[in-house]
Amino acid sequence: MSDSIEKKPAKIVLRELQNKIAEEAWEAKKRGEKVGWCASNFPQEITTAMGIPVVYPENMGAAVGAKGGGQRMCEYAEGMGYSGDLCSYSRINFAYADLKKCEEMEIPFPDFLLCCNNICNCMIKWYENLALEMNIPLLLIDIPHLDERTCDEDRIRYIRAQFDDCIRQLEEITGKKMDLEKLKSVMEVSQRSSRAWLRAVGYMASTPSPFSGFDIFNNMAVANVGRGTIEAAEAFEQLADEYEALAAKGESTFKGEEKYRILFEGIACWAHLKYTYKALQTRGINLTATIYGPAFSFLYGNLDELMAAYAYVPNSNCFERELELRVNDALKNKVDGAIFHMNRSCKHWSGNLYEMERRFREQTGLPTIVFDGDQSDPRCFSEAQYETRVEALVEIMEENKKKEVKA
Amino acid sequence: MNALNRLKNITMNPKAELKEAVASGKKVIGIMPYFCPEELVYAAGMLPFGLWGAEMQANESKQYYPAFICSILHTTLEMGLKGELDDLSAVMIPISCDSLKGMGANWEAGVKNVPVINVAFAENRKIAAGIEFTRSQFRKIQKQIEEIAGRTVSDDEIRKAITIYNENRCAILAFSKAAATHPAEVTAADRCAAIKAGYFMDRAAHTELLNEVTAELENLPASDEGYLKIVTTGIIADAPRLLDIIDKNKMVIVDDQIAHESVNARYVIPEAEDPVLAMAERLAEIEGCSVLYDPGKKRGTQLVEMAKNAGADGILFILTKFCDPEEYDYVPVKRMTDSASIPMLQIEIDQQMTDYGQPESAIMAFAESLR
Repeated sequence: MSDSIEKKPAKIVLRELQNKIAEEAWEAKKRGEKVGWCASNFPQEITTAMGIPVVYPENMGAAVGAKGGGQRMCEYAEGMGYSGDLCSYSRINFAYADLKKCEEMEIPFPDFLLCCNNICNCMIKWYENLALEMNIPLLLIDIPHLDERTCDEDRIRYIRAQFDDCIRQLEEITGKKMDLEKLKSVMEVSQRSSRAWLRAVGYMASTPSPFSGFDIFNNMAVANVGRGTIEAAEAFEQLADEYEALAAKGESTFKGEEKYRILFEGIACWAHLKYTYKALQTRGINLTATIYGPAFSFLYGNLDELMAAYAYVPNSNCFERELELRVNDALKNKVDGAIFHMNRSCKHWSGNLYEMERRFREQTGLPTIVFDGDQSDPRCFSEAQYETRVEALVEIMEENKKKEVKA
Repeated sequence: MNALNRLKNITMNPKAELKEAVASGKKVIGIMPYFCPEELVYAAGMLPFGLWGAEMQANESKQYYPAFICSILHTTLEMGLKGELDDLSAVMIPISCDSLKGMGANWEAGVKNVPVINVAFAENRKIAAGIEFTRSQFRKIQKQIEEIAGRTVSDDEIRKAITIYNENRCAILAFSKAAATHPAEVTAADRCAAIKAGYFMDRAAHTELLNEVTAELENLPASDEGYLKIVTTGIIADAPRLLDIIDKNKMVIVDDQIAHESVNARYVIPEAEDPVLAMAERLAEIEGCSVLYDPGKKRGTQLVEMAKNAGADGILFILTKFCDPEEYDYVPVKRMTDSASIPMLQIEIDQQMTDYGQPESAIMAFAESLR
């Protein structure tokens, strides 16, 4: 680890690392290397081990949303004929693919596409359209939604065959060869990053949590795309160390007193991130549980387990397992209530959200609220609705606290 | 046309078919879209019963699904929640789209009397590993069906079921072809009802009735003079009021790329030593449906070819509201039909719709532009 990295806080290191990954893709493009657009939960071990630069349209969708360009880009895509009911990340991406410019953020244009539907099936249709539009190869690793708690042998064989096939096709497209020793090493580094990530987010169980839970939304980009690199592993270890030190002292980066702790379910409303955060922070509410905590812990011992790990990403599991992940995380991190984001963009996530909220409430006995929003289209969010529901949640959490004191 | 009337009556009251089957001692399995291995149900001596929603208002389902999920899932769940499908011994639910991925858990939570059979198949369905995965999942489903049936199902029984289904597919296509030149005898609503009846009755009996109608039509002179020829594409197009609008504007459906109608009929299951492998191989062949992985958008190519082959004046893209796969497909498909200079109109429908003013105006204007 270099001196400069040691001196900087981990969150700065992570932000710089994210910028570096993006910059490397631009540099590679300038050198004439083949660059890919990649689905966020595509097995990064393949591209990292092969040294193939990839960028993530979903991350761009989030960043454009956060920087205020979501509505403009979504409306442009709607002008192209895309329904306003579709995922806003995809609408932003279609607009960018057509306009070839975006003032909030740009990513190098792709020579191929890497799709994986463990996050949602809409990725498939989205990438089909891009491939047709740009006339470039589309490689799909299909990870069928789990209908049982564990990923069965049939699925593992199927995913493994696609994994191997994808490597063969990427070798043809990019001219780069897969080195199995390098793959092994990337897998080891990815484990190191995942363990460090888990250790870092594990400190949310401390009282108070040593950090503002919304920081997870900022840090997860590197956890997602860069975890196969030594720099990411070291940065997450540093992050975990920093949280450990804060927790030991009973300190936190959360501004103000942590009066209440909540689970936040769903993708952030990037276009209203500041507002959604402030409405909580000013009431002393810290986010101490989110599926993004355990979500990026891809732990495996061998290639077959790696295949299974990608089938266990959030929302790819059967409902009972998804529920268990949330309930366990909430109990472990001692939350007082939960906020569920009914995300207009995400039919997959929203399709079971009401039942998830009901069952979560039944199993934990905790108060919950649901609010309507969207990951990057600002038009689907109402400040008044959010405010009113958060206020209602606070009232119940406060009552519960009083009862606890009396008891 | 007695056979046509019989088919229409079945479509008008599918629940009567369900009651009758159960009363006769037959077990019935609900089959949700898309591409479930219903031949296995038939092979086990049970009745596969199609669940493609219904024209009704969904209320209770909104406790499970948000409003922005398609009406096929909302209204199917609604029927389940109201106990209208309690006679089913199970329901097959695939994971073909993001909204369907939530259906299994919602159903299990709200419909306690009818167990779920989850159906997974490969999206990467054309590669050997994909075909093998689909085969493995269908074999797994076969075991669940055997448990419900209380007996094993042999490969010979599956082969016989496949033959009956293949014959039915051919009968649907032949009927569709005959109906294309006989709009005076078979309205758009009749055409849909005749095909749809197959989802609620014994497939062999459906074939017999359809063939009877087809034979009668083939003996009649064509009645399509002055009609605009259209091809329909989409998930489902069974709303009688929408189909009446098509008739009113003197349009005849000369072919369709509707998942609920001919998409399923266009592909037969090949003969093979392993009949379940053959079912997986058939799935690998299907084109023209947005819920299946379709790099290169062969759906659009196929649609253009269909329209050209049928001498169609135009295409109706009947978009099921809140259907992501359809909404994604629309843009490239529209571009492809535009390139081929084939006029295409998009109509958005929903089974909870009560006001058809908008589609009526749009179709009327479209028809005028084509004449």
